[in-house]
Amino acid sequence: MLNNLEILSNLPGVSGREEQVREYILEQITPLADKITVDACGSVIALKKGARAPEHRLMISAHMDEVGLIITRIMSNGLLRFDTVGGIDPRVLAGRTVLCGDQRIPGVIGMLPVHLSKGDTKGKCPKAEEMTIDIGADSADEVKKLLAPGDVCVFDTTFEQIGDGMLKGKALDDRAGCAVLIELMKQELPYDTYFVFCTMEEVGLRGAKCAAFTVDPHYALVIEATTAADIAGVDEDHQVCHVGGGAVVGFMDRRTIYDRELYLKALEIGRTKGISVQTKQAVAGGNDAGAIQTTRGGVRTLAISLPCRYLHAPAALISEIDLLAVSELTLEMARELLESK
Amino acid sequence: MPVNEILTGLAAAVGPAGAEGSAARLAMELLGDYAPVCQDTLGSVIAELGDPDSDVHILLDAHIDEIGMIVTSVDDKGFLHIDRTGGADRRVLSGAEVIVIGKKRLPGVVCSTPPHLSSGDTSKVPEWDKLYVDIGCGAEKARDLVPPGSRIVVRSRPVHLLGDRIAGKSLDNRAGAAALIRTVELLQSDIHRLPCRLSVLLSVQEEVGGQGAATASFAIEPTQSIAVDVGFGTQPGAPAEQTCDLGKGTMIGASPTLDRSITMKLRDLAEEHHIPWQHDIMGGTTGTNADNIAVSRGGVRTGLLSIPLRNMHTAAEVVDLKDIESTARLLAEFVRAGGAK
Repeated sequence: MLNNLEILSNLPGVSGREEQVREYILEQITPLADKITVDACGSVIALKKGARAPEHRLMISAHMDEVGLIITRIMSNGLLRFDTVGGIDPRVLAGRTVLCGDQRIPGVIGMLPVHLSKGDTKGKCPKAEEMTIDIGADSADEVKKLLAPGDVCVFDTTFEQIGDGMLKGKALDDRAGCAVLIELMKQELPYDTYFVFCTMEEVGLRGAKCAAFTVDPHYALVIEATTAADIAGVDEDHQVCHVGGGAVVGFMDRRTIYDRELYLKALEIGRTKGISVQTKQAVAGGNDAGAIQTTRGGVRTLAISLPCRYLHAPAALISEIDLLAVSELTLEMARELLESK
Repeated sequence: MPVNEILTGLAAAVGPAGAEGSAARLAMELLGDYAPVCQDTLGSVIAELGDPDSDVHILLDAHIDEIGMIVTSVDDKGFLHIDRTGGADRRVLSGAEVIVIGKKRLPGVVCSTPPHLSSGDTSKVPEWDKLYVDIGCGAEKARDLVPPGSRIVVRSRPVHLLGDRIAGKSLDNRAGAAALIRTVELLQSDIHRLPCRLSVLLSVQEEVGGQGAATASFAIEPTQSIAVDVGFGTQPGAPAEQTCDLGKGTMIGASPTLDRSITMKLRDLAEEHHIPWQHDIMGGTTGTNADNIAVSRGGVRTGLLSIPLRNMHTAAEVVDLKDIESTARLLAEFVRAGGAK
């Protein structure tokens, strides 16, 4: 799983431009799936047959896209204006190296030197729309040979194992979920299961909405990365969940009130099967569950998440043991959901 | 060695003020190919060339240290509390990858504000006492590996942008150091008939006050000197009258505290040898080692050359190799001419 996660994390796949991630996933799952389609939004819908056909259909999903930047304008001095794709705090952008366009042209996001900053701007971060990317060009003509408005950029971050069993990389939200799905597809499953790799989660849960319509499931498990604020300077009330504390399940976030029975079942499975499961202790964030739950006549939905520090930033951190807990909990949930009815 | 390799090698080396170890060692190796080198009490690297009996003793200086951070304590969860060393800019640190020089080199990430805690005002940059580094370890291991006083630098691999542009950390002042090494390389053909004694100094601790240049220039006791540093390059928001264009040549300093005859000599030599140059006019002290060298012992006639650089004191500093080359060519001509009369 770590090998897949490393490759997936390093691949570029800003929302709407998930093709390289999709190609890699298709390569990995083609020998594992019984039927694969790529839908009009670019999402991958794969059916893997299990020992039996269940009475109810289950869809397990993760999203392929990541937050990034999109070039909006090429300035006459050769610098690039950009907007963010998905929610990125501008404070993590200044001073970073990004890789632009299909040719991965390196560029840096500038910041006026503090020596030349006047008054209170010394302690202030400009807005993203006031920043520029410098690829070393002196004129728009130089840039136009290589890049055009609409091209996207990713952080120049290399996946790495650091500290005590921690994994660092860009786009762990939600390539970690993608890696878990691929891992689950390698196993002998008790029941037929749909695995869906969605596009465009970060720009409004769009891929999942359409894929869920197509799959028309009764149950959905959304495998995600969720913010872990268990960091210095954040009091206990606002830490949400803890890295190393296991799979995260929630009762509610900004998009979804989760199916209570599924939520309680996940906690129970954690207790009975010895899998580390923790509750998301905040109503914050939102993910594909919000779109899937309200598809067609409604879908009973639960998100199973990895606690992730610094998500939507250049270098996120997750823990290897949480990755295993998410994988195990998802497999057990899938079994119980399809057996119980 | 091509100047881009000298520069990217030096920029990849780690050497914050007062802990210049690896950067200084690399500089010694590079200079050692051309001249005998030694390190002084504080760690500055000094190469001696030319005619030891000459009445003219020219000192060329560039600082080898870089801005950084210092660990003040490790908290109960293993997060590193930090302060700056030199003029590090806290606006460009949130979310950045760093290298912690503890008992061994450790990768880390500067904590960034979790999205659910962002009040909406994303311009507010944390103060130094609210910036922390996450090395992915618990308190016990972190305390063992990272004693207070350990240094930190931002981690950023040097990247080639378009043309001759290089981006990365510590180009302030590895660009100047590269220019001095290139100068010595250019002087190789004349090395036994230089009309002066030449000391090449790669000084420590410029970013925290210039202690390296102050002590080394006392010991070297030159008759004239040129300091080489970086200057402000043009970029959005920077006042045109305080900046020079990248790629348009070395910046010849002129200021009341710089020796006018050296400034004029540099201008004349640049014109005579068709070396591209630009004016860098200051109203008083220069904020470089030139300020300390000029008042060493009974005073030293001192000039200043600067290499235009964007985004000073960030990991996204940008220089143009052409400016390093023009700086080195002008320094070589200055030495060949035996300095200013």
